[in-house]
Amino acid sequence: MQPNNGELKPLDHWIRVCKEHAFDLQFTRARKWKEEHADGVVVGYMPVYFPREVIHAAGGLPVGIFGGGDRKQIIKGDAYYQSYICHIPRSIIDLVLDNHTDHFDGYIFPSICDVLRNLSGIFKLNKLGKFVKYMDFPQNFLPEVGGVFYQQEMQHVMHYIKEINGKEVTPEALNRSIALYNTNRRLIARIYDVRQDHPWRMTLEELYYVVRAGTVMPVEEHNAILEQVCTHLERETGKAQDKIKVVLSGAFCEQPAVGLVRAIEEAGCYVVDDDLMLGSRMILGDIDATTAEPLKAIAHAYIHQSQLSSSIYDVDNPKENRLAKIVKDRGADGVIFASASFCDPSLLDAPIFQKAFDRMGIRYIAFQFSENINQFKVIKEQVGAFSDSIKLWEDEPAGAALTN
Amino acid sequence: MAQEVQKEKSMILQKEMIEGLFNDLASAKEKGRKVCYTFVPGNLSELIRTFDMLPVYPEINALQNAMRKKSAGYIREAEKHAHSEDVCTYVKCDVGMLLKGNIGPTGQKLPEPDVLLLSYTGCFTFMKWFETLKREYPDTKVIMVHTPYQENGVMTPEMTQYMVKQFREEVIPKMEEVTGIKYDEEKLKRHLELSREAEDWITKIFDTTKHRPSPIDAYFAGVYYIGPINIGFRGTQEAVDYYKELYSEIQERIRLGLGPVTPEGEMKEEKFRLVVEGPPNWTSFREFWKIFYDMGAVIVASSYTKVGGVYDLGWRHDPERPLEALAEYCMNCYTNLNIPQRVALLSKCITEYQADGYVTNSIKSCNSFSAGQLAMMRDLEDKLEVPVGFIESDLVDPRYFSYSNIKNRLESYFQMLAQRKMFEAAETNPAP
Repeated sequence: MQPNNGELKPLDHWIRVCKEHAFDLQFTRARKWKEEHADGVVVGYMPVYFPREVIHAAGGLPVGIFGGGDRKQIIKGDAYYQSYICHIPRSIIDLVLDNHTDHFDGYIFPSICDVLRNLSGIFKLNKLGKFVKYMDFPQNFLPEVGGVFYQQEMQHVMHYIKEINGKEVTPEALNRSIALYNTNRRLIARIYDVRQDHPWRMTLEELYYVVRAGTVMPVEEHNAILEQVCTHLERETGKAQDKIKVVLSGAFCEQPAVGLVRAIEEAGCYVVDDDLMLGSRMILGDIDATTAEPLKAIAHAYIHQSQLSSSIYDVDNPKENRLAKIVKDRGADGVIFASASFCDPSLLDAPIFQKAFDRMGIRYIAFQFSENINQFKVIKEQVGAFSDSIKLWEDEPAGAALTN
Repeated sequence: MAQEVQKEKSMILQKEMIEGLFNDLASAKEKGRKVCYTFVPGNLSELIRTFDMLPVYPEINALQNAMRKKSAGYIREAEKHAHSEDVCTYVKCDVGMLLKGNIGPTGQKLPEPDVLLLSYTGCFTFMKWFETLKREYPDTKVIMVHTPYQENGVMTPEMTQYMVKQFREEVIPKMEEVTGIKYDEEKLKRHLELSREAEDWITKIFDTTKHRPSPIDAYFAGVYYIGPINIGFRGTQEAVDYYKELYSEIQERIRLGLGPVTPEGEMKEEKFRLVVEGPPNWTSFREFWKIFYDMGAVIVASSYTKVGGVYDLGWRHDPERPLEALAEYCMNCYTNLNIPQRVALLSKCITEYQADGYVTNSIKSCNSFSAGQLAMMRDLEDKLEVPVGFIESDLVDPRYFSYSNIKNRLESYFQMLAQRKMFEAAETNPAP
């Protein structure tokens, strides 16, 4: 399954490989990696973002845990969560209690919302994993205040891993890891840039497989796959269809079933940007991989180069302006807001976006989903109507109405 | 018809304090007072007072609107403006009130904020709430105070330093800028000294539930007792005087062997002693309380009364370390504790106050409390073999308070507790 010595394999092959990895809820690539690395430490991280460089440099394999989707029947998780709490924590509980992650050494819960924060406490209560880390991302963005705190948070993670494998992390190792993840982010950005103008070359569903697969395999392997995918996509393939271009926003944590992703495109949309796997694209541009203080460089990037996110306090950099800029830059006709049911961050942001977009003249629709729901008829009709209304009655992309 | 109870002196004192605050707010702009919107958990009352500002607590307005049956209309108004049915109803009630002219619960117009002090403590929604308010008050300065979560059940020096640096680098300079008042640390220390005194008194007050019968209800009456300390009076002589008076009234009740005061007079017989986790429902607060006191159930401790600060374990504001004390205070609020810490605290309450049972009131729109409650309940049941009960309602959305459902559940629960007591009595005193 690994890319071998640069030989170019067909795009279909890589999409098939990535699809297998992306939804492998047994996390078999991580299991194999652990067998291959005697002192390897497998660390599961929850949405949205964690600086995987830190785990990689410490001799670990970071593995994204994005819930069970529509592929895991929930038995135990429902006993932990009331009906009015989103779905992802119950499927994560089910995965862990059903031993899908028994080869994991530790778990990281990035700060995103009260539900995932408290899930870290349930893991502690049940003594799951050798360590459980709630990663408190700073909401203060002064480098000497929030930046220092963030570095301390990363040091905790390195300390936990060191307790398991005894490995001291050097600045050189961190810089090497940063460079690898810089490459990863650059390659993913290349795919998005190609799709901006040629979205028919790869569907959103295929893109999703390719990016999500990278969260469960070593970055070196993923980079090799991405190189090949980029090579394919930069050649003219396929044919444009009469679809509108949209940005998909709001599904950054609990992931919709793939059927929903497919339904959006089948209903007449090319999704030219999204926040489905936001963590893999959180840092915009490279992190400095040449400094003597790489943790400081990672913190600097978080403070100055983060993508817009519902989990980051935004007052000095309003999210509605940032999303509007993405719409404009991608030449999108509108926005589809897809929020997981009961997702506080996404749903509390919705009125802010919608009020601003009404003012800016950016068209949008909004609906809710749950990771385990795979009936999309109503959503497909809603998206289809949205697409038709733009195709039939509008002339120019929404972003064109913006002055900046 | 139910007879209203005679108001005790402490009740009158509290009423005067709150009325005074709302009157001050109503005339704040004409008198040139600066107004600071902030939250109860992690409220920096002493610092706000050091800068002579008046506080407004949006979640207090929301719950008072709910008790006055105004919240439903406000929530509907917010939902018309794209606010989801699924999110915090405090936020929607506040936004709805704002959209309808910002008339506060007392009928007086609330002044616009001069500063939004976002004490980001134990609740993710606070951040989204003030991001929303910032759009409504675009010229108002927002001061963010990020309180680190006690993920490992401890407040480390680096967490404290992170907060102190925020106070020094951002909070205090911005408050100076907004108010034109220079930071006076001696003044802050004087407020903190009074805070410490009030905290001693409130701890003693909630500790009186060790008596049988308990002289107070630590949940339904407890939410009134925490009023002054949570809504801006912590750090004042008024708060100290209020708590002294309240304590002396409770001592008198203990001397007379009286149970708690309810809206319908004294509770005659204490049948069940309970610990409750989760905020109360505010829209049907009295009906909710009545279900309990009608069944002879008194709440001897509750997590909700610790939401604005946990003092049970001995922590106090220390005037000698003023900014560090403010930092520790924020980190030590109940919803900023991790789940094992919450379990340990509740376990201590169940044991020390000799509770017969543990009830969770799970709030639909408050994930800060609700997420994890089932696991906590199961853990307490396993460790302490305490009978547990579970009900669901909401903070200020009346659509999610189902009276008969809750009453049925609680009645079944109380029947189970009664049977258990009967069996325990039979085991202790077997028939000859």
